Amino acid sequence: MTALVVQGLTKSYGGVQALRGVSFSVSTGELVAIIGPNGAGKTTCFNLLNGQLAPDAGDITLDGRSLVGRAPRDIWRLGVGRTFQITATFGSMSVRENVQMALVSRERRLYAPFAAFPRLYAAEADALLERVGMLEQAARPCALLAYGDLKRVELAIALANRPRLLLMDEPTAGMASEERGALIALARALAKTDGIAVLFTEHDMEIVFGHADRVLVLHAGELIAVGAPEVVRVDARVQELYLGAP
Amino acid sequence: MSGSALLLQFLNGLAGANSLFLVAAGLSLIFGVSRIVNFAHGSLYMLGMYVAVWLAPATGFWAAVLLAALIVAATGALVEIGVLRRLYQAPELLQLLATFALVLIVRDFALWAWGPQDMLGPRAPGFGDAVFIAGAAFPRYDLLLIALGPLVFVLLHALLTRTRWGTLVRAATEDREMAAALGVNQRWLFTGIFGLGALLAGAGGALAVPREPASLAVDLAAISDAFVVVVVGGLGSVPGAFLAALVIGEVKAFCIGYGYSEITLAVEFIVMAVVLVLRPWGLLGKPLPAPRGAAAVEPPLGRIDRKAALALACLAALLAGLPLAGDEYTLVLATDILVFALFAVSLHFIMGPGGLASFGHAAYLGLGAYGAALLLLRAHAPTEAALALAPLLALGGAALCGWFAVRLAGVYLAMLTLAFAQIVWSIAFQWDSVTGGSNGLIGVWPAPWLASKSAYYYLALLVCGIGIALLWRALGAPLGYTLRAGRDAPLRADAIGIDVRRVQWIGFAIAGTFAGIAGALYAFSKGSISPETLSVPRSVDALVMVLLGGVQTLTGPAWGAVLFVWLQDELAREVEYWRAAIGAVVLALVLVFPRGLAGYLKERFAR
Amino acid sequence: MRLLVFLSGVLLAGGAAAQTVKIGELNSYKVFPAFLEPYRKGMQLALEEINAAGGVAGRKLELVVRDDGGTPGDAVRVAEELLAREKVNLLMGTFASNVGLAVANLANQRKVLFLASEPLTDKLVWEDGNRYTFRLRPSTYMQTAMLIGQAAKLGRKRWAIVYPSYEYGQSATASFKKLLAKAQPGVQFVAEQAAPLGKIDAGAVVQALAQAKPDAIFSSLFAADLQKFVREGNTRGLFRNLAVFNLLGGEPEYLDPLQDETPEGWWVTGYPWSAIDTPEHRRFRDAYQKRWQDYPRQGSVVGYTAVHAAANAITKAKSADSEKLVEALKGLQMQSPFGPITWRPIDHQSTMGAYVGQLAKKGGKGVMVNWYYADGAKYQPPDQEARALRKAP
Repeated sequence: MTALVVQGLTKSYGGVQALRGVSFSVSTGELVAIIGPNGAGKTTCFNLLNGQLAPDAGDITLDGRSLVGRAPRDIWRLGVGRTFQITATFGSMSVRENVQMALVSRERRLYAPFAAFPRLYAAEADALLERVGMLEQAARPCALLAYGDLKRVELAIALANRPRLLLMDEPTAGMASEERGALIALARALAKTDGIAVLFTEHDMEIVFGHADRVLVLHAGELIAVGAPEVVRVDARVQELYLGAP
Repeated sequence: MSGSALLLQFLNGLAGANSLFLVAAGLSLIFGVSRIVNFAHGSLYMLGMYVAVWLAPATGFWAAVLLAALIVAATGALVEIGVLRRLYQAPELLQLLATFALVLIVRDFALWAWGPQDMLGPRAPGFGDAVFIAGAAFPRYDLLLIALGPLVFVLLHALLTRTRWGTLVRAATEDREMAAALGVNQRWLFTGIFGLGALLAGAGGALAVPREPASLAVDLAAISDAFVVVVVGGLGSVPGAFLAALVIGEVKAFCIGYGYSEITLAVEFIVMAVVLVLRPWGLLGKPLPAPRGAAAVEPPLGRIDRKAALALACLAALLAGLPLAGDEYTLVLATDILVFALFAVSLHFIMGPGGLASFGHAAYLGLGAYGAALLLLRAHAPTEAALALAPLLALGGAALCGWFAVRLAGVYLAMLTLAFAQIVWSIAFQWDSVTGGSNGLIGVWPAPWLASKSAYYYLALLVCGIGIALLWRALGAPLGYTLRAGRDAPLRADAIGIDVRRVQWIGFAIAGTFAGIAGALYAFSKGSISPETLSVPRSVDALVMVLLGGVQTLTGPAWGAVLFVWLQDELAREVEYWRAAIGAVVLALVLVFPRGLAGYLKERFAR
Repeated sequence: MRLLVFLSGVLLAGGAAAQTVKIGELNSYKVFPAFLEPYRKGMQLALEEINAAGGVAGRKLELVVRDDGGTPGDAVRVAEELLAREKVNLLMGTFASNVGLAVANLANQRKVLFLASEPLTDKLVWEDGNRYTFRLRPSTYMQTAMLIGQAAKLGRKRWAIVYPSYEYGQSATASFKKLLAKAQPGVQFVAEQAAPLGKIDAGAVVQALAQAKPDAIFSSLFAADLQKFVREGNTRGLFRNLAVFNLLGGEPEYLDPLQDETPEGWWVTGYPWSAIDTPEHRRFRDAYQKRWQDYPRQGSVVGYTAVHAAANAITKAKSADSEKLVEALKGLQMQSPFGPITWRPIDHQSTMGAYVGQLAKKGGKGVMVNWYYADGAKYQPPDQEARALRKAP
């Protein structure tokens, strides 16, 4: 079942076209990677999807509802979870509280002035942490975590809203190589069991070709190849892009 | 105004602008590089004036200016080495507390060294007379100032763009971490920039000597002007400071020229508020780079566990027994302490977990106090109703100011809140028929059942106790966590459905309301109310209490209030130079407990 | 044993306290030191004189001095401390009007005498006057009225006004306009400049005043504002051919810093300390200079006279009881360095006056010449007017 549909997405900054008419879709349970050299438009694409930027033209729909023109917080409520390239968690809170924060937001109790926060949805938060393998560290302040663990916490936060779509911007950047595979495998498992569409950008080609169901290749703002990893790997234009002209 | 009058007022504005620029440029440079909000900049300016007036008879005016600038520069560098350097690792804003202490010390030092009488210095030799411009006399010295401002601007610009040192300064202004990573020796860079800033302040003070006497109130006047200029221009931007000084100098001169002199009381703050609403980074400023790395991570906020709750309950019981043990004055002092504890806790609510440092929190204290007084005296409401309804005025004020403030960040936000407070102050100060003007309102006594000191103390204990408990409770509830989320990582907060501005706005309004409750209690405890309640020094008091107690602790600000009010009461009675004594104590506390008292205790117990 | 020593100490202290009459003096010593340091010396001198002469009503007089921090809120707390801890018999002092009114308000509530020595606001004895508050210095209204005679005599038509923008300046301006219009019908007020206290933009103000082409100026500026205004006006030639009247301009606190800038010919109220040769003033001046090796300022006279007023009231009442002191002060006649003064029963204002004269330069210093004493009794509104203004008995 198709979750995310992107059609004719276009964005330019002061005359420079960052994206030109990009169209693609992602289905539930599918892991799709966006690759491309620096400046190809990956980050722009992501920021359009999560609402930090507004497109000049084109449409983005999730389960038939358009995401264009909505603030990031509203897009999140429509079922889009995300992890950041440079991890962003609440440093003054514990791991569990970080997840609870997302749960409290999901339940729209953000402004409750008297409820004791530490007791709210603690069990559900722990369950989420268990799924990402972070339960043992639930009580630690986020500020003290190793980088890879922070990525897992972000994953747990992203899962809190039972997302339909998960956006992961360079999920394995900054991690040791043995951790990378584990994290992406985890994301993959979650996607399959919960039926989440996953879109991620990635520099590590081993990760991309080892785990993605499909690969999108962006170059100079245009989508030049789409398909299963083994198809994209042998695509002439992709070869040319990465290996230079034959 | 005729053409020649316009020209002359324009020149007056220029002269004023150039003296403003000299002070402001140094402040801007210091902030740009070190991110220190240097409250003591006005004190350096004042020192420059006094030293120049003092030396001039012996050395002649021009040599005195030079010597004063150098002496003040050396003083500034020593302050940086001796005090501020120890605080760069401390939480942001703590340096502010240290510089506040220096203000108190320097002022009493000047009183001690040069006596209480104003000292009108000499005219500048060769520039003492007037020249005729468009048929009117214009001071020759003002022409010199008009030329000097751009000259200093060009020199500074050359220093910053043409020298290696200047390149380093600019690099550090743009990106402190990167400059450090590239091996810039920050220590000497900071000392140097502080010395340069002090040099400019001292020179500015010395050059003001032919225009105004050295007096003990000059420091606060200079610092507030300089802050406005720096913020309007954009923090860290020397051209911005120059432009802003021109704008403000001219606006003031033309207000006077066109006969709107009453507005001069607040005109620069009105300009600042307008500029900040339209251009959140000032005229020529750039968004401040978000601090990176470990320094940006706030420690977790404490929680009131069972043991702490028990201790607080014991404290409450003890306090309830105070009327049996203490004399009447103990109750008066305790009432003051309770009121200020609630005031400080309300500021902490928005400043600590919310990350929004309000420099104008007294506005809400004052609005609450005026609300209570006006309800009682003008609407003839009973005490109970006045107490209950007055905080709504503070709520209204906080909601209004907060609406704009949450769209800004950091020092800009702080200065917008300050501008708001100053505007409210000047309204209270001038709206004679309603607020009683500068004299304020008297006869604000509570109903007979609250007239005794012990009855009123119990009321204050009850209301402040409940108020503080509610605020602390809210910090442990989703509301408080949401505030912290917005402070810790705004992007992440947005990405999990949090409307950061909205929660900050709500927090701001709540903090203002509780300050208003404190203000209403304050009015009835004093029987009178005057604009002083919403003045900048009161706002600074609140900042000091919060920082002294520990901004990143839960209960610290309340202890900070207890300590500060008690200290002020005690020292003002026992010590001749009590302001310097308070300054010294605050400075010592800052150096010994950079995380505040409660922060220190927490660290001790954690070990 | 230690307890015994402690207890006997307490008893002794209590015993000693019973012997003295305590004046609780609170003032903004560190905010307005130029005025209040001489004030403190004046008080001290008076206290020593009184106690050397055997005290009051058979008891020694004691001063308990406190800094009120310069804010009404803190001043009220300090006053409470004086009343509750020090058990003072009366309150005295305060400088700024808002602090004075706040303490007067408290005195009324606590039913204790408050001798407001310095605050000038008219409201202190009129609109906001109360049974327990008495004021020593001539009020804003009185000092303004003292200048009206000379102002009207000159017959100048076009007046410009400059004042510090707070209550003192505002009411001085209002009184001046009202009184002068009455004394000299047809007079015009062509410009009005309000300057933020301590922050006058002197160049622009002088320029704006010159623009209005006045032939006389009334100013209520003082301290740093006055010095800036004078220097700027001198440089720009504003005062040439103009008659200038400046409230308080002759008080040594504000005149002395002017030195060779002193604008000659200005009419001012003030205190020509070196030239007053009445026996009562000579005695005061000699005693003051002997005690302090310094010359007296206006503040010295106010502090000195305030303590003597308290002593006189206690002697007359033969008691330190508040109600009796209030009754004693009403109509009390006493001597001051400025001559005899009376405490008006009608509004609790003393008739202490001020000296009106012109400024002149002598050896690079400002002095007052052509001066005369303006007795405060003569510069009051008609009794029924004062009564109408005052709500309290």
